[in-house]
This record gives sequence, structure tokens and C-alpha cells, in this order.
Amino acid sequence: MATDWTIGELERWDERIRSVAEGFGLELRDQEFEICDREQMLGYMAYTGMPSHYPHWSYGKRFEKLRTLHHHGVTGIPYEMVINSDPALAYLMRDNTLCQQILTIAHVYGHNDFFGRNHYFGHLRPELTVANFKLRAERVRRYVEDPSIGPRKVEAVLDHAHALSLNLRRHPAIRKLDREEQEERALARARPARDPHRAIRTREEPEAADLSRVPLEPEEDLLPFIRDHNPYLAEWEKDLLTIVHEQARYFLPQIETKIMNEGWATYWHHRILNALELPQELYMEFLVHHNQVVARQRTGINPYHLGFHLWHEIRRQAADEEGRPGRIDSRRLARAGGEPLPGEDALFPIREADRDVSFLRRFLGEELMRELDLFEYEEKDDDLVATRIADDEEWVRIRETLLRQVGMGAVPVIRIHDADLGRTGVLLLRHEHDGRDLELDAARHTLEHLHALWGRPVLLDTVVDGTPMRLSYDDEDGFDTEKLED
Amino acid sequence: MSSSVFREYSEADAVRSDRSAGDRTRHREKVREAIRENIADVIAEEAIIGRSGDRMVKVPIRGVKEYRFVYGDNQPGVGTGDGDTEEGQVVGKADQRPGQGPPGPAGDQPGTEYYETEISLEELTEIMFEDLELPAMERKRLRELPAERQRKRKGYRRAGVRVHLDKRRTARSRIRRKLARNRSEEGADEDDRFPFHPGDLTYRRLVQDEVPQSNAVVICIMDTSGSMDTLKKYLARSFFFLLHRFVMTRYRNVEVAFVAHHARAREVTEEEFFHRGESGGTLISSGYRKALEIVGERYPPELWNVYAFHCSDGDNWTTDNEAAVEAAREICQVANLFGYGEIKPLNSRRYGSSMLDVFEAIEAPNFQTVKIEQKDDVWPGLGELLSRERVPAEDEG
Repeated sequence: MATDWTIGELERWDERIRSVAEGFGLELRDQEFEICDREQMLGYMAYTGMPSHYPHWSYGKRFEKLRTLHHHGVTGIPYEMVINSDPALAYLMRDNTLCQQILTIAHVYGHNDFFGRNHYFGHLRPELTVANFKLRAERVRRYVEDPSIGPRKVEAVLDHAHALSLNLRRHPAIRKLDREEQEERALARARPARDPHRAIRTREEPEAADLSRVPLEPEEDLLPFIRDHNPYLAEWEKDLLTIVHEQARYFLPQIETKIMNEGWATYWHHRILNALELPQELYMEFLVHHNQVVARQRTGINPYHLGFHLWHEIRRQAADEEGRPGRIDSRRLARAGGEPLPGEDALFPIREADRDVSFLRRFLGEELMRELDLFEYEEKDDDLVATRIADDEEWVRIRETLLRQVGMGAVPVIRIHDADLGRTGVLLLRHEHDGRDLELDAARHTLEHLHALWGRPVLLDTVVDGTPMRLSYDDEDGFDTEKLED
Repeated sequence: MSSSVFREYSEADAVRSDRSAGDRTRHREKVREAIRENIADVIAEEAIIGRSGDRMVKVPIRGVKEYRFVYGDNQPGVGTGDGDTEEGQVVGKADQRPGQGPPGPAGDQPGTEYYETEISLEELTEIMFEDLELPAMERKRLRELPAERQRKRKGYRRAGVRVHLDKRRTARSRIRRKLARNRSEEGADEDDRFPFHPGDLTYRRLVQDEVPQSNAVVICIMDTSGSMDTLKKYLARSFFFLLHRFVMTRYRNVEVAFVAHHARAREVTEEEFFHRGESGGTLISSGYRKALEIVGERYPPELWNVYAFHCSDGDNWTTDNEAAVEAAREICQVANLFGYGEIKPLNSRRYGSSMLDVFEAIEAPNFQTVKIEQKDDVWPGLGELLSRERVPAEDEG
């Protein structure tokens, strides 16, 4: 197929883009670009960008879905895909025009910088990303080819594990206590506090800590817990749970920083392309594509759109170059106590420290919400009806609604409270209800998956329409619901 | 200083890189499994009669959804307006709401889980044939619709378009020419290049295929007074569908008409036909009169081959039986084939009268009654029916 560019041309543009980006202060790791065709691109997208990934029908489904979407034409940067590895790996589609390639390259450098600098990516080891995914794929393939296991059994375990993979610890920065430390903490809690009035009143009998409980503290990492506490699982089944869990953990920071990350990349491709002094034709084409990328979404949030505007807003409100303080005070940690950073410099510490929730809470103010016309809507019959618009009273409420939905906020918090309820091996989980009910049909099927992995009855306490309910799944009765006594 | 590397596109990699092929096949398999499990529901709910084969049918499936713990729809969403959104304004339809599913990794849109998949009518038919256990020979015949048969091959010619090139004859002509040359020119080198000559090219000649009898109409009559449950709908619809398919193998221009009746009869669309449950009395004769009326107005028997079929649960007002038999006799006179199918699923209520006995009074050779109690009866029932077909008089002469 004919293209309007050559590799040599791309390399020359890349050199300019890279030097402009680094001139702006982006801190880039090495970058690889791979030219691929449309089918390969869809393949990468379906398999989360990884050159190598274990097989499962759900990726086939994603491929078909993506292909359908792209046949109907979607907005956004056509086929932009970059993965958090070191060197960073990005794909450029062969059918794209020169302008699209330049735009994509600039956009990719935004992600490249973000992956490397944002705090939430700090615990990952990007130099191992590609190799790890490949090793996991090989492990899964080995089980598939093992005549005593085979594809169907592997598929079933992966089906179960996928259903639970996002129920994992959300805050990698908070260290998980091991069993010993948890016991210490439980004992410390049981010890009575020093009572200054002990002379004049009898002491309450301290309740002894029950150290036989498993887990001692509610456990959020579902898959690893099942792996460690279900003795009936075979080694290969445990390994599959580990694999699925590790992959989910790898994607967690990307889920938690979607708006910041896409906004950051969009902000910088916009800055860089404006600084490149593109010829008129290319520039006009760039504007068209850029506007598609940041198109607003009527019944949702386009992360490119919201993120782009937020970064602009921060820059506008930061201290100015003469050192007059702005409304946003952004400093480097090392310079805490020093002067607030002016203009664009203010953005850099923020891209290091925040994730979507804190980012929106700190910087999405009334003025910007009104400018973007963010509103809240609810379902009424078959329509979506705007119920709140960003005005004096309501903007905070709308922001709160939004905050609950970004990143992992969209995933219900479900913790294991007891792995041996009543000494019968029953698994008890609790949904931390925050006003949002679970979708019951999905909960039913997910419990079925959980039950398959646990092998014994599973219970889930939640709230439905204001009433505490216990959902259960066991061999005899299948799914059941029961009102909980208060 | 960091650096960048560009890896060039390689055709060979691309050819080898259909990495999702295996997972797609497995997904496709799961889709088919899900449809197969629900084939009765699907056929009962989808308008499939009289649709052309390449059309896609949207089929609701449950099997391939990936479940996780997610929030229900009792929560508000946040949208982005164009600057003047007002409270109370309708901003969209509920089904346009972005998915409540969990977020995906960067570069992946957290889209709505689709509950529906698309399947071609061909594939759906195939699954239905399997479910009804149609003999393989018949499947093939019913699958191959004769729409292409409007032109047929007749002889060969020297000029034509590339797709009609007859490669075998062309090659043979060249070899013949080569042998002739070798014989005439002594010592001609065997290994000499001997290209095709324009004169070698032979094309197939296609002519319009004239089908003398090419108009047919299938009149589907159904009693909608009783409640049509899924099984009854499935049986009735697959029966009508097969009949329609069969007629389409014979005639180029096939039309369908749907007559729904209870105490009164109306002509309706296919959707209405299968979704209309009305209570009230049943006058079978009203349906037959309507069918006769349609034939009289739009499908005169001199020009049209009429195939009529009536599905009912067998209830009729006793007072109407005589009129019904009379009307049925009239239909037999104008139709090539008239069938009556009584759908009584085995586990359904067995009380209620049967029209099978009443219709025994009709001696017309092109009339047949069929009793359908389960899906295994559909195919033999159709066979029985078709054996009574009156061969169009024109063909005999």
C-alpha cells in the first residue's frame, strides 16, 4: 500500500519531536516504534498491547469488537497504542498519513514521560514487562499443551480468574502487613488503653484477640488469597491465578491515571506540534485530528478531553513567570518551602504525585466545570435526563459523582472477611456499600466463578435497595439471596 | 540522552501475525454454542422469513458475556455538555449510556458489554437445520437458493470478460496449437516458450435462463387467539420458514403474506404476526376468507402459484366448522398446496377440540393436515405436506 511517508522521514521528524519534547522538560526513556498494518494493530490492541500474551477467547472477542468499531469509524487518535515498558514500545499504523504519524509520535512521548515519572508506576519494573508477559504466555501454553490438563480446563480457570482479577488491593503504596504483623496489631488492639481514671472505675474486661481467624484483617486481594487458602487447587491452577493477578496489577496504575495520562499526552502533542512549525497543510490536518481526539462525549467523560483541559487550567492558574503566586501552588518536593513553580513548570510535580482521583479533586474547580458544562444525569424510563448542572450549589456534588466513577472507583470494593465461617470452609465476603448497589445478575455469575475456584459455598454480604442482603452460591441450591438480620 | 528505534513493517511478519485467529475461533464457537442453546428463543423472536441470506440477524446471547462485580444502574452518571445544558433536559437514551463495566488499561475503551451478537441468516438457518435434524441432502437443497440461476451457461465464445474465462478449454487450445506447430516445423525446440495466443482464449457464454413458472406466493395463516408461547412460536415459525425456503427453490419471485386471525382476520407484518396475542373466540373461516381475498386481489392463480399454510392450536367454534371446511375447499381450488398444521406441544393442555377430525371431510388431493407435537415433527410434517403438492398444470402440458 502506498504511504505518503518513508521511514527516513519519520526518523527525521522523530528527532525533531524528541528534541522539542526534551526541551520542554519531558524526561524520556528509550522508545521503540514498530510499523504495523491494521490487522496487527487490532491484534496488539486486543492483547493489551503486548507482543506476546497468553491465549483466551475473551481476546478473540475483543479483537472482533474492535474490528467492528473501527469499521464503523471511531474517534480518537486512530490506532494509538503504547505500552509501559523500558524501552517504551509503541505501534504506528502503516495506513496512517504523515500528519497522523507525527501526531502519534508526539503523543507517545507524553505517555513515555508519564509512565517513567508518575509515582504510581514506580513499583513496576518496566524493563521486564515484555519478557514477563511472554513468560506467562509460555506457562499458560504449556498447561494448554499438557495432555493431563488441556485447553478446556485452562480456559475454565482463566474464565473464573478473569471475573475476579480487578478485586485486588488498590493502593500499592500502602504496604501489606504479613500475618505476623497483623497478629501483633490485633494483640495491640485487644490490649486495653491506659485509663487515667482507673482508680475510680472498674476496668472493662478486655476482649481477647481471636488469632485463629483467617484472614485476620479483611482481605482485598481475592485471587492470591484463594490461591493460598484453597488446598484443593492443583499447582497449575494456582499458577494461573498468579498469572492473572500479576497482569491485573500491572494495569492498575494505568486504570488509576487514565485521565491524567491521556490528558498529559494530549497536552504535549498539542504543545509539540505547535512548536514544530508544521507546513500549513500538515497543520490543518493536525487540527482536524486533534479536535477528534478531544471531542466531548455527551453521556460520559472523554479522558483526552477532560485531561487536556485540566492541564491547561493548571498552567493558567499557576504562578506567573515573574513569580506572582497563582491560585495553584505547585512545588517540587525537594523545593518544598521554596517558591511555587511558575507556568508550565508547575505541571511536572503534579504529574509525578497524583492519580485521577486526587488530580480531579485538587484541580477540577467550579469555573472549569462550568466551562466544560459537566452535568449529572440519571436514567428516567428510557431516557437519560440531566439532573444537576454545574452551578453554585451543585458543582461539588457533580464532582463527587465523577470522583466515585474514575479509575478503580468503578469497581466495587469487596473483601474477604472469613475463609472458614463456622468451621465449615464457607467463604464470607463483604461488599463495602457506598450507596451504589451491585448489579445482581452480574454478581450472581461472578459468585458462580468464585464458587468454582473456592470449591465450597461462598457468601457475599451487600445492600440492595437499602436492605442488607446476603447473596450465596453453593452446589445444592446454586444462587440464592436472603435478607440479613440487622 | 535517550534514543528511539523504528522497526520497519515486514510483510512476512504480517502474514504470520494473525495471532488472534485461535482465540477468535474459540469465541465464535462459544457464540454458536450460546445460540444453539437458545435456538428456540432466537427463531421464535427473530423475523427470518422472507429475508435474504446475507442479512445479519442480531441475536441476544448470554453465554459469552464476561461477568465481574459491577455497579447497577441506580447511580447517576456525568456527561459533558455543549455549553447550555439545563436541568431536566433529555441528554440521551438509556441504552447509549457508557458501560458500567470495569475500566480497561490505557488505550482500551471501556465499552459496553454487548449482549447481542450478529450472525448471518445463513448461519442461523444452519443451526436451525441441525436442531430440527434435517437430512443433509435436504439442507443443501434448501440452502442453495436459486437466485443465481437467473442466467445459465450455454456454449462458448471467443470474447468475454475475464471471470467467464474457461481455463481448461483455453489451455487445451494452446496445447493443441503447440502440437500442431511441432508437427509442421521439424526440429522446433520443445522447451521454447510457447505463449497463449488471443485465439486460445475461450469464454463461457451465459444466457438468460427462462423459468416459465416464476411467481409464487406463500400465505401464512395463523390462529393468534391462544397464547403463543416460545415453543409454539418456534415450531410455527420454523415450519413457515422451511416452507418459504422450499418454495424459493422452485420460483424466482416469491412473496409472503401473513394472515393473523382470531374471530376476525387481518393481514399483518411478520413481526406482528408472531407477537400478537389476542384473546377472544376463534373463527378459522375468517382467516381462510381473508386469504382468499388476498389471492383474489393480488395473486390471481393464473399468474401465481399459491402455497397456503395454516397453523393453529386446533380450537375453533363448533358453529364455524362447516364454514371453515367450505373455505378450505375453496383455497384448495386456487392453491398448489394447502396445509393445515396443528401445533400441540406434548406437555401442553390436551383438552380442547381438534380440527384434524373436521378436516378429514376434505378430499382435495392437494390438501394435507399435519400434527406437530415437538420439533422432531417439523421436518417429517413438511415432507408429508410437500408430497401433496399439485404440479403446476402448465408443466404437464
